[in-house]
Amino acid sequence: MTYKNRFTSSLELMGAYILAAFWVLPLLYAFWAAFHYSNDAIHFNIFSPLTLDNFREAWSQAPFLRYGLNTFLLVSFILPGQLLISTLAAYAFVRFKFSGANVAFALVLVQLMITPEILIVQNYVTLSKLGLVDTITGMGLPYVASAFCIFLLRQTFKSIPKELEDAAELEGCSTMGILWKVYVPLATPTFIAFSLVSVSHHWNNFLWPLIISNSVETRPLTVGLGIFGSPETGVDWSIMSAATLISVAPLLIAFLIFQKQFVQSFMQAGIK
Amino acid sequence: MKDNVRNFQGWLLFAPAAILLLAFTHYPTITTFLNSLYTNKSIIRPRRFSGIEGYESMLSDPIFWKVFANNMWLALGTIPTSIGLAIIMALIVNKAIPGRGLLRMAYFTPTMLPMIAVANIWLFFYAPEIGLIDQATSIFGFESTNWLGSPSTVLPSIMVMTVWKEAGFFMVFYLAGLQTISPELEEAAKLEGSSRWNYFWRVQYPLLLPTTLFVLINAFLNSFKLVDHLFVLTKGGPDNASNLILYYIYETAFAFLDVSYASALTIFLLVLLALTALAQFLFIEKRVHYR
Amino acid sequence: MSKFFKKLSYSLTVALGISMISGAAIAKTELTMYYPVAVGGALTQTVDAMVADFMSKNPDIEVNAIYSGNYDDTRIKALTALESGKPAQLSVMFSIDVHELRELDAIVPFDDLVSTSEEKAWLNSFYPSLMENGVAAGKTWGIPFQRSTIVMYYNKDAFREAGLDPETPPATWGGLIAAAKALTKDDGSQWGLMIPSTGYPYWMFGALAMQNGQTLMTSGDKTNFDHPDVIEALEVWKSFGEEHKIMPKGTIEWGTLRQNFLEGKTAMMWHSTGNLTTVKKKANFDFGVAMLPAGKRRGTPTGGGNFYIFKDTSDEERKASMKLIKFMTAPENSAKWSVATGYMGVSPDAYETDTLKSYVASFPPAAVARDQLKYATAEFSTYQTSRVKKGLNDAIQATLVGSKTAKEALTDAQAAAERILKPYR
Repeated sequence: MTYKNRFTSSLELMGAYILAAFWVLPLLYAFWAAFHYSNDAIHFNIFSPLTLDNFREAWSQAPFLRYGLNTFLLVSFILPGQLLISTLAAYAFVRFKFSGANVAFALVLVQLMITPEILIVQNYVTLSKLGLVDTITGMGLPYVASAFCIFLLRQTFKSIPKELEDAAELEGCSTMGILWKVYVPLATPTFIAFSLVSVSHHWNNFLWPLIISNSVETRPLTVGLGIFGSPETGVDWSIMSAATLISVAPLLIAFLIFQKQFVQSFMQAGIK
Repeated sequence: MKDNVRNFQGWLLFAPAAILLLAFTHYPTITTFLNSLYTNKSIIRPRRFSGIEGYESMLSDPIFWKVFANNMWLALGTIPTSIGLAIIMALIVNKAIPGRGLLRMAYFTPTMLPMIAVANIWLFFYAPEIGLIDQATSIFGFESTNWLGSPSTVLPSIMVMTVWKEAGFFMVFYLAGLQTISPELEEAAKLEGSSRWNYFWRVQYPLLLPTTLFVLINAFLNSFKLVDHLFVLTKGGPDNASNLILYYIYETAFAFLDVSYASALTIFLLVLLALTALAQFLFIEKRVHYR
Repeated sequence: MSKFFKKLSYSLTVALGISMISGAAIAKTELTMYYPVAVGGALTQTVDAMVADFMSKNPDIEVNAIYSGNYDDTRIKALTALESGKPAQLSVMFSIDVHELRELDAIVPFDDLVSTSEEKAWLNSFYPSLMENGVAAGKTWGIPFQRSTIVMYYNKDAFREAGLDPETPPATWGGLIAAAKALTKDDGSQWGLMIPSTGYPYWMFGALAMQNGQTLMTSGDKTNFDHPDVIEALEVWKSFGEEHKIMPKGTIEWGTLRQNFLEGKTAMMWHSTGNLTTVKKKANFDFGVAMLPAGKRRGTPTGGGNFYIFKDTSDEERKASMKLIKFMTAPENSAKWSVATGYMGVSPDAYETDTLKSYVASFPPAAVARDQLKYATAEFSTYQTSRVKKGLNDAIQATLVGSKTAKEALTDAQAAAERILKPYR
């Protein structure tokens, strides 16, 4: 490597790190504010005392544990539903090629564009007719059939060699047996990829849960945080930051531990 | 006979998905359209057929034009920047450099945060006088700026935040794209003595073009769906300077209780998205979907 | 024979009595109420504690109180709950929602719920100006609970530093501008005054308009946005930033304003009295609270939340709701609530309790909001309030940020309001 090259590459490296620093700055700032008294949080005195009071305050002002549980329940309702329903549908498209399948698939793809976010008004009406307003079920139901998941699995299933299927058939596998023993195991990476994308999407979803949840028993973290931040008389920065960190902690920690898997899953879901 | 069985089984497997999709995508799309043709029911006025009146009042509603324009500016202001940054990030992270994992993590972290939390944090960045940005600029003697309180700065402020949130997400797609490019190409380019810059423009960039189209269209669709931050930051103000279509739909339906007008606005948004999706279909999906 | 009957009737009575008691235990009346609240302190806990106190005294009533964000959120939640399967029986909602709630046929007037003379006296026990927003079509639909006026918080230390008398806050617009000029520092480190213009700009504007001698509406179907005095009031507001340079230009964020004041970035702020307790706890300087200054006269709108009872309720639920409302607004509880938050005691009796008497004696600012009531007017409220209000808010913001003149903006807003309100006349 020439001298000039080394110089430019170290310059590039510095640029890369500066960019990264800017990218984590907001989160660091939230940490700073959350661990300091609000008066100190605004002024950057490194020697100002650390405190956990903000977390205590935030924790006592809103039932974050319950919110967290609600989010967890929501995600654990949506994801298995998505996987099950999409697997069956994708299997139907790939293996059965039933009449009208092309039209049906086109109708599925419509949801890639018209996502439930856009139909909040009518979906709210539907769910209140079903008596599912203010329930986790109602919050999750519009998302359970996922065109994206069906699409991903269809692509994956298509790439599975016919020979494997034939071999299983010879061994006396039933139709569902083939799905379970041949298709599902081979599609595991896709399942994982979609799961991580789906969990992080629904963990962070706000608008629809805001509309459909009315009470502490159903409010997910994002909505709880949103309400926490809309006081009539003003916000306390430090407590707000603490509340924000409490809300993002579970997913963020999971991400930091499994970041490689997360990034790769997003990549995989993106390529398809 | 066998065909019938196959058809039946196929439809049976597809049925759960079909029912839910019909209930929460197709049916509401149709009822939204129908609702947009009727007035609201209220005690003093019964519901009646009003045809395209709702659309006419939409066209003469200055707020509608304002939020539409804002959405377009937002798309224009965030997407090219996000994509540019995403490519740079992907190029950085794709190379074996020290701290690569950390860098990738730093770039990608905002993607994992809910928009509502992001908005909370950025609110303290933008607060005049006491916010981080104002404190930083005041060291250099700049006057305080009312970032979220002036129509000229509020949308750009939100754009910066959006770019921050999305660039890392798009980076992932480019990373995926880069990894499909054979390393031999780089070797060959090196042997030929072509510069890195040249290699990027001649080889990598053209090969990433499908990725760019994909990201472009998805980013465009996303820019209409993401309004969470408005609940925290500006509520669409000042004077609708940061208001967006979906937030306006929410306000109209749930605060003004005007379902009829909200439906007309929703239909407009749907048509817009449909046209975009059509473009997507014509440009790339043909190649990818039905291979 | 008679002995047998006696025995029989005795055991029957006992059996009946027991079943009645257990019946009563099962037939607990359940109430759901939504409420908005300031998150100044852990105020949700204050409400929860009051509700718990109520339930321990009324074991036959179960109250499920749900905190649901700001006023707009709460109205949306309560209304959507009505349409879903789990309606609320009563709620604390914005006092200005009365017309909208009536139009939806969602609430019942309290006149229909009070029968005894004692109850009628109770209905008359509140401050009349706090009742104004709850009255429509000759009936009372809302009972004041978390009510406020706008007051002026000022930093006494800053006043001293600027050579102003900290004990005589400005009482007129002229005085306000002069004091604010003295308080504004050239280097931008301290402004003289901040009036919030996001969140509830129409509310602040209601004060300025009133001080200029004009209310924003004459009735639920008639607004006065283009009245010359109203236009002038908005010009005055704008002039604080543009001409006098005592306030930052552009809009000022409602949510972060208190922090600005606590940080000494502004020497004076106009804000809800509901902030008082938090400011008291957090200010590390000497501060005072004053009535808003006078233009042609003094003036402020009242603000805040009223209790409403929903129409879709059984007689029992209504009775239980009335009990709860009476409890929450009783002088002693109103006094406690006022001390905990800074919101006003809702009746003169509340200020006669020992709790508030001794609090006011030790902390005089606590009485400013009440003293100001004699200059107060109703908060802006019309049919389709949310939409008319948005038009007004947009007009105020458009003027403050300079994209329209006060006259243009308010004339447009008036025209839009006319279109919306015409069908209601």
